[in-house]
Amino acid sequence: MVPTNYYLLLSAILFGLGIVAFVFKRNIITIFMAIELMLNAVNLAFVAFSQALGKTEGEVFVLFVIVVAAAEAAVGLGIIIVTARNRRSLNVERVDLLKL
Amino acid sequence: MTGPVIIFFVLAALAVLGAVSLILQRHPIHSALSLIVVMVALAGLYLLMGAEFVAAVQIIVYGGAIMVLFVFVIMLLNAGEEERTNFSKLATYAGIPLAVATAGLIAAAIVRSSAGLSSAGPNGTLTSTKTLSMLLFREFVYPFELTSFLILVAILGAIVLAQREN
Repeated sequence: MVPTNYYLLLSAILFGLGIVAFVFKRNIITIFMAIELMLNAVNLAFVAFSQALGKTEGEVFVLFVIVVAAAEAAVGLGIIIVTARNRRSLNVERVDLLKL
Repeated sequence: MTGPVIIFFVLAALAVLGAVSLILQRHPIHSALSLIVVMVALAGLYLLMGAEFVAAVQIIVYGGAIMVLFVFVIMLLNAGEEERTNFSKLATYAGIPLAVATAGLIAAAIVRSSAGLSSAGPNGTLTSTKTLSMLLFREFVYPFELTSFLILVAILGAIVLAQREN
């Protein structure tokens, strides 16, 4: 049997890599993918705890997280399309003014 | 090492490699394909733990719907390689230490708090979809209905944002 700690450590590693991608990448779409990576890491921890404690509630929360991630992806990519149309660039360092 | 542990390490290595590849690739479409590898590996891990319904949803919703949306937007905007800019000196020097510190903090907190429960570990018994749906449609039926409002608002928001102004 695989110890729960292994899953939780993998979850922490993936979350850390998500933070690294979030900080280092400059393309706004890739930064958005980093957020999805962090959400996935959290889901892994949820399922690991759910299975270790023998409670199914954790998996229900994972389903809710996936629903919220889908809604977030729809709205976020809409914002990205508008930003790219207005600025003619996907680089976040060129999007540093609230006013055009 | 028993079979499940070997499978775990293979899938974990696949997930970590995919995440590292997401960071190292310069073209967004390559990053998106790396992220799909991570998601499929995580679906395998869910199956290993016995969460079969979550594994299926992970493949269908994350690997299918959300990533198709990403790839679609990348192609719609004709996103090219990342350009190198050096506007932010702070991110260059503080980025890696801060990321390592945060990951270490989370890992330390997790290991300390889970010391009591890790003796047995997930036993790999399947969570029956029946149990999951009983829980979802009885105890969590109110949050479940609220998510449909959330999706509705998200659809409206995406349409309003993406339409051209006249």
